Amino acid sequence: MTTFTRHAEQLSTTTLLRFATAGSVDDGKSTLVGRLLHDSKSVLTDQLEAVEHASRNRGQEAPDLALLTDGLRAEREQGITIDVAYRYFATPRRRFILADTPGHVQYTRNMVTGASTAELAVVLVDARNGVVEQTRRHAAVAALLRVPHVVLAVNKMDLVDYAEPVFAAIAEEFTAYAASLGVPEITAIPISALAGDNVVEPSAHMDWYGGPTVLEHLETVPVSHDLTACHARFPVQYVIRPQTAEHPDYRGYAGQIAAGAFRVGEAVTVLPSGRTSTIAGIDALGESVDIAWAPQSVTIRLADDIDVSRGDLIAPADDAPAVTQDVEATVCHVADQPLAVGQRVLLKHTTRTVKAIVKDIPSRLTLDDLSQHPAPGRLVANDIGRVVVRTAEPLALDAYADSRRTGSFLLIDPADGTTLTAGMAGQAFAAAATGEEAATDDPEWDF
Amino acid sequence: MTTVATVSEGTDNPYALSHLDSLESEAVHIFREVAGEFERPVILFSGGKDSILMLHLALKAFAPAPVPFALLHVDTGHNFPEVLEYRDRTVAEHGLRLHVASVQEYIDAGKLRERPDGTRNPLQTVPLTEAIQQHRFDAVFGGGRRDEEKARAKERVFSLRDEFSQWDPRRQRPELWQLYNGRHAPGEHVRVFPISNWTELDVWQYIEREGIELPEIYFAHEREVFNRSGMWLTAGDWGGPKEGERVETRQVRYRTVGDMSCTGAVDSDATTLAAVITEIAASRLTERGATRADDKMSEAAMEDRKREGYF
Repeated sequence: MTTFTRHAEQLSTTTLLRFATAGSVDDGKSTLVGRLLHDSKSVLTDQLEAVEHASRNRGQEAPDLALLTDGLRAEREQGITIDVAYRYFATPRRRFILADTPGHVQYTRNMVTGASTAELAVVLVDARNGVVEQTRRHAAVAALLRVPHVVLAVNKMDLVDYAEPVFAAIAEEFTAYAASLGVPEITAIPISALAGDNVVEPSAHMDWYGGPTVLEHLETVPVSHDLTACHARFPVQYVIRPQTAEHPDYRGYAGQIAAGAFRVGEAVTVLPSGRTSTIAGIDALGESVDIAWAPQSVTIRLADDIDVSRGDLIAPADDAPAVTQDVEATVCHVADQPLAVGQRVLLKHTTRTVKAIVKDIPSRLTLDDLSQHPAPGRLVANDIGRVVVRTAEPLALDAYADSRRTGSFLLIDPADGTTLTAGMAGQAFAAAATGEEAATDDPEWDF
Repeated sequence: MTTVATVSEGTDNPYALSHLDSLESEAVHIFREVAGEFERPVILFSGGKDSILMLHLALKAFAPAPVPFALLHVDTGHNFPEVLEYRDRTVAEHGLRLHVASVQEYIDAGKLRERPDGTRNPLQTVPLTEAIQQHRFDAVFGGGRRDEEKARAKERVFSLRDEFSQWDPRRQRPELWQLYNGRHAPGEHVRVFPISNWTELDVWQYIEREGIELPEIYFAHEREVFNRSGMWLTAGDWGGPKEGERVETRQVRYRTVGDMSCTGAVDSDATTLAAVITEIAASRLTERGATRADDKMSEAAMEDRKREGYF
């Protein structure tokens, strides 16, 4: 087994991958997470001792690795994972932030939370059971959230004699299903998390498999998109005006580039006002640069002294989004209190929060079979549905398919500040990249 | 059918940010969100490496303007002199405002009682929460990281606290995309953790990259220490050594900075940042496991203190 030695000089140039795991309790998710952490030397002696100590106190003979990840009193008492936790580990090639999401059916909101910032999702399947309802649910959530890379980890291969046909059948079924939902890239890997096959080390039992191990794939999957294909978007967070003797006239618009790239000299439009100007300078945290790209936090200076404030969006003059007060979106309801037609809410989109009203809830989705229930009237916790919202002020909103950052929003209860709903503007599922029928042409997907 | 991705080296892409650049960009975004959404934010500043890192990120986030936040130090009365000196020098250098909440003043006034074990870390909660109420701070930046401790791994970047500063882990808001919800009622506040996603190693690598100055106690030096419960504590007026505890001079350094009564030193030869990073990369102990007595009090010590209002 490989032992990773963490060399600082190697780590300094590594990139960061955010990924999420999804799987039912018995699919071996904890074992997989435990093995990734353990084999990357991320479980340190005192943490392991604490787990061994706690396991002994509970009368368990072997250390229960789930105690590494279940951090709350209530979780340890009940032996279940209630909430998303974030784990950190590193190899010489890359650093990882893992959103460890609970597998229970009722916690769809947790997978949505974990997947919202993930660039890759690992969906676990038990090789003995194959693709089940829960697998389809996970694939659908990954597709809805437009997670760019999906890994199907077919686990417990040791319990099916490491048989290629078993794996091939599951991989084929899953790939066809996920592709029909528009998942752009699917990688299927046969593993045994318990025995360590194809997690970190290539399996000695499956010569028929020629692909990467889970870790190898995580280390090499590309993490940023083609900038030329993205619409450049810059939500203004904060206006920096020092008004000091040294900088009497400095006026910069601070923010994190949400998508694409911006260049000095570029003609831009400020939304929703529609005023235009040119980028006079870009300050990248103390350094003046000619170009900056997502997700860099920068400060943009404009050539003209126009009115720009927090909540505005700067976009290229020839590629600005339309502004709208009518938002149609797919949402996941994350609060215990329901969302109903007619409800007054706040809508938070990038750096802008506006009043809004829920005009309609046309349908609710059943994730098991992707069937739609028309006009449910309201959504409750963990429901996914379509909503139509009217906002009090215009928003520069993209389709979520074009930009996860400028196409996403929250609905918030104005009374107590509760985050009610996670929203994704535009159509629900992407069209399949290839295949005979595009998913959007099929009314079944367009709920 | 076996589907295999077309893979390429992540670092081949000229537009891929290094992991430190990604973390820096995220933290700066969080600082600016708070500046845009809140009325009276404050940065908790202990003079430890995490709060020094936070201040450095805040300076970059608002440059060339000054940092639009004050600092708040909860002074246990048992601080390392080098750290207090560093604190005051830093405040003067950047023209910052510093509020100090003093545990010693609370003890002297009879509002807090010294614990039998002499540890003052848990006593910080009351002066902290009262300072928040008194100054009506509505956002309080803390340097907590999720890799530090299992209860902290469950902490949100924006963590709503009630009028008693309490954390309720079962009533946390889901955090989606980079959309942080800072809505709160009068009297409530939000704890904000901009470096949630950093690890100890990330912090050290970034400090090295940026050339950030640290208090001397982070580097190996000769020090008079004594052993209590397996930890090397600095001898001093705060209450050590007791009878039967023997002072000796050792070459040590600190991995965390906290109250002298519960922060242990580690044997070390690391006198430079590069040496410290090499040492941490090879260490088989977490920083808290190695040097913090207060986290070992019970299996849920951190969770329990956080519930009461600790950071």
